[in-house]
Amino acid sequence: MATISVFKEIILLVKKDLALEWRQRFAIQSVLLYMGCAVFVCYLSIGIKGSRLIPNTWSALFWIILLFAAINAVTKSFLQEDKQRNLYYYTLVSPQALIISKIIYNSFLVSLLSFIGFALYVGIMGNPIQEMGQFAVCLLLGSFGFSSTFTLISAIASKAGNNSSLMAIMSIPLIIPLLLVLMKFAKNAIDGLPWISSYDEMIQLAALNILLGALSYILFPFLWRS
Amino acid sequence: MILNLKNSWWKYLCVILVIYTVLAGLLVPSPRLPILNETIRNLYFHVPMWFCMTVLLLISAVHSALYLGKANIKNDLYAVEAANTGVFMGVLGLLTGSLWAKFTWGTFWTSDPKLNAAAVGELIYIAYIILRGSFTDEQQRARIGAIFNLFAFPIFISIIYILPRLTDSLHPGNGGNPAFSQYDLDSRMRLVFYPAVIGFILLGVWFTQLRVRLRLIENKLEH
Repeated sequence: MATISVFKEIILLVKKDLALEWRQRFAIQSVLLYMGCAVFVCYLSIGIKGSRLIPNTWSALFWIILLFAAINAVTKSFLQEDKQRNLYYYTLVSPQALIISKIIYNSFLVSLLSFIGFALYVGIMGNPIQEMGQFAVCLLLGSFGFSSTFTLISAIASKAGNNSSLMAIMSIPLIIPLLLVLMKFAKNAIDGLPWISSYDEMIQLAALNILLGALSYILFPFLWRS
Repeated sequence: MILNLKNSWWKYLCVILVIYTVLAGLLVPSPRLPILNETIRNLYFHVPMWFCMTVLLLISAVHSALYLGKANIKNDLYAVEAANTGVFMGVLGLLTGSLWAKFTWGTFWTSDPKLNAAAVGELIYIAYIILRGSFTDEQQRARIGAIFNLFAFPIFISIIYILPRLTDSLHPGNGGNPAFSQYDLDSRMRLVFYPAVIGFILLGVWFTQLRVRLRLIENKLEH
């Protein structure tokens, strides 16, 4: 019985987050505009069409833009609702259901952002990628890892008075291992290597994702209680 | 309870081992190897710093877990002071390593996975210290600091000890490079290396204990 009700809670909470996002579309619009501006700044400051940008630089710029957009998108996951409302949730649902629903919802949001951002970036900076399928898997795994790390960090930052620079200094060092593996995987996709040469990276990414998800799952109840 | 070593025998042991490390580390003959030459002696000082840092961060994580369980403020003091001493040992590890790199690789710093991971590890724990500084309430600071600490420790271990082994690295023991254990044919180096590791770990624990006692006295004076 208990597990069934947790699943129900998760589904309800994800639906609630989606409905909230849909009603206040300015939040996602602002992140999209943020990404658009960042891509355009890259375009202006580099000043050449992407075909002549070396793949490493292309990839580095893309992941930096995506990293900051994801931090911005996830940061608000615990601040869009006020303290009283959070207290109300506390009496209604289990903390595990809440963190899982937030991670699922944020994964969905960040992967949506990453695909839109990718389309924008390719449109303006050119497309050096030879293995599209691999790059798509890379984006999905990356989005999930970003959201499971940033969700817990944003919960911590929301307790510390929503200090956005605190959010950045806590999340950037913690995301670096994931980012390094992602960049290697992305490099393989850009170079058009066969799938088999990226299995190691995929396994590492999956393992890191499971580690981050499990840590958030275990630690969040303690945070929630305070 | 891990650091509750009231007896002083281990402090004598620590002093003896560290003095032995310094003397033997500089005087005992070392294997003659090309490029490495005498810099191989850095093994006695650089590697124990990182072992000591890892042990201290482990102690810090254990105390954070204990704090979340029992909410005893003393555990929080141990957690933060062990992390502080760990960061200090890490800085020493970076300095000794970069001095060694100057004489073997020809540069103080190079963009190597192991080196970058070490720098990122320092950043994570500096973020932990800054995060704690942003709270005014003691209980809140301890609880949320503990949660961040427990989130950070497994990631720290994975970037320092696991990921560099899977990629190309210049650092001995990583990326298919042999570690030093393959160089010391007659195990002479082990006679200095193992005591050095134990000595420096005890030194780190001692530092932590002194800092915690200082903090406890400060707390008492405030109240």
